Amino acid sequence: MPDRVYLDNSATTPVAPEVFDAMRPYFDSAYGNASSLHAFGREARRAVEESRATIAEFLHVLPEEIVFTSGATEADNLAILGSAYAPGRSGGHIVSTKIEHHAVLHSVDWLTSHGFEATLLDVDATGHVDPDQVRAALRKDTFLVSVIAGSNEIGTLEPIAEIGAICRERRIAFHTDAVQAFGKIDLPTPSVDLLSASAHKLHGPKGVGLLVVRKKTRISPTMHGGGHERGRRSGTENVPGIVGFAAATRLAAREHDEVVARMRRFRARLMEAVASIPGTRLNGHPTDSLPHIVNFSFQGIEGESLVMRLDEQGIAASTGSACSSPDLEPSHVLVAIGVPLSMAHGSLRISTGRQTTDADIDRLLDVLPRVVKDLRDLSPFKVGEATCTPSE
Amino acid sequence: MYTERVIEHFRHPHNMGKLANPSAIGKVGNIVCGDVMWLYIRVEKDDQGRDVIADVSWETFGCTAAIATSSMVSDLAKGKTLEEAIAITNQDVAQELGGLPPVKMHCSALAADALNEAIHNYLSDRKMPVPDALRRRHEKIEKDVAALDKRYKAFLDREQTKGNTAAAGESAPCS
Repeated sequence: MPDRVYLDNSATTPVAPEVFDAMRPYFDSAYGNASSLHAFGREARRAVEESRATIAEFLHVLPEEIVFTSGATEADNLAILGSAYAPGRSGGHIVSTKIEHHAVLHSVDWLTSHGFEATLLDVDATGHVDPDQVRAALRKDTFLVSVIAGSNEIGTLEPIAEIGAICRERRIAFHTDAVQAFGKIDLPTPSVDLLSASAHKLHGPKGVGLLVVRKKTRISPTMHGGGHERGRRSGTENVPGIVGFAAATRLAAREHDEVVARMRRFRARLMEAVASIPGTRLNGHPTDSLPHIVNFSFQGIEGESLVMRLDEQGIAASTGSACSSPDLEPSHVLVAIGVPLSMAHGSLRISTGRQTTDADIDRLLDVLPRVVKDLRDLSPFKVGEATCTPSE
Repeated sequence: MYTERVIEHFRHPHNMGKLANPSAIGKVGNIVCGDVMWLYIRVEKDDQGRDVIADVSWETFGCTAAIATSSMVSDLAKGKTLEEAIAITNQDVAQELGGLPPVKMHCSALAADALNEAIHNYLSDRKMPVPDALRRRHEKIEKDVAALDKRYKAFLDREQTKGNTAAAGESAPCS
């Protein structure tokens, strides 16, 4: 398809050319196992440790506090399950929120079916978690608080520094899923004990992520084997992936101000233009948001249809619609922020990347009103009508 | 994920929109699940005096599969006698579309149910005899709707207590 427009960068991003170039030698010339003693191994080890140092500097943490994983899902699992089964712990209580990524929510769910207890906090209508509610939810046996840094669905930023300070005061470990926030906002890493991130959301490769584990934070490994990553995550290091992660981080740091300013401008343009289509709403916070994610709902239409219609026009976006999940219920995040059911199924998430241009946004804004009208023409729910009885 | 025929019906749906002077309407689905289908039929006598679905149309809120199955069931029902139309099943709808992904099979059921309900309403509104099979299906559909309403009561109540006044697409006024 000619001239395709990709506006689904919170699902994944294209690998940047310089990232690809940095990775290439580690596939077929510097292919050693970083644990090997010989020159091939030492070359790979050097690449891994230089990459670790690059990312550590970017995050203002120590290199040995970074544990590379296969991605953010593994990092979230390691943070939560690893804390739950830390040496000396048996049982206890976790505090998290209703708007976490499934990698966190389902890990917490799994723990509650294995003798642990959890409190999932509500959020306000824009998706904000109230730090006072976090404080109120803490119990004597609470050992972990996990709050997403910026919502992958609606973009809302959470008060991570404040929540971290509360946890610090109570000596409770604090984890944040920073998958979407990494490289986009300044993360208050001093207030965080555990932090998950992923390379492929930032123009790096798929299959590599990391968990920051601060020095005094105790976790048990969830991958057992050869004792890699200081015994915290066994498995041969994904050398090209890790090198790519570092290259993507360097690129994000170098371009940050310019790219983020552009993303904010795109977001503002989208909010203004979509507001002029009747029967729409912004899901999330208008300003206290990740720069690259914006989420709308369109009354009377269903998200998957909307995504498919846009796809026919060469535009890739996504939906929080649940119609391909077995339970058919709308997105847990949209339900948590109180999006009316009439609109929760009709959501569209647009997410920009470093490669997004004004022309891409123009194209979407040209097509979107037509596609919305087209689907509303098929729908029994007419926007602006007082009831949903058929008007004959 | 979808067959070419599903995509084709989604792109260019047949018989969509409201029908002028429908004889009956079948309304199925639930806003919580993200699928609502309204099927309109106009029944006329053919030259042999049989009741025939002379025209059919639909309005659907739903995913790609829901729109494609609406389009397909309308094609299948058009021009059929009521007796023939009653015999159309969700398997017929799915088969004619070259199959549906397992998680989307409920869409074909919804389409067949909408047709069933429209015919049921046509007959019962006119105090005409309702065939047993049609009545049983109608009762099952009603039971399913009640079960869904019960299951999602918390969702719907929450919305009502919030005093949400969104005009279109409210679940409660539709049922």
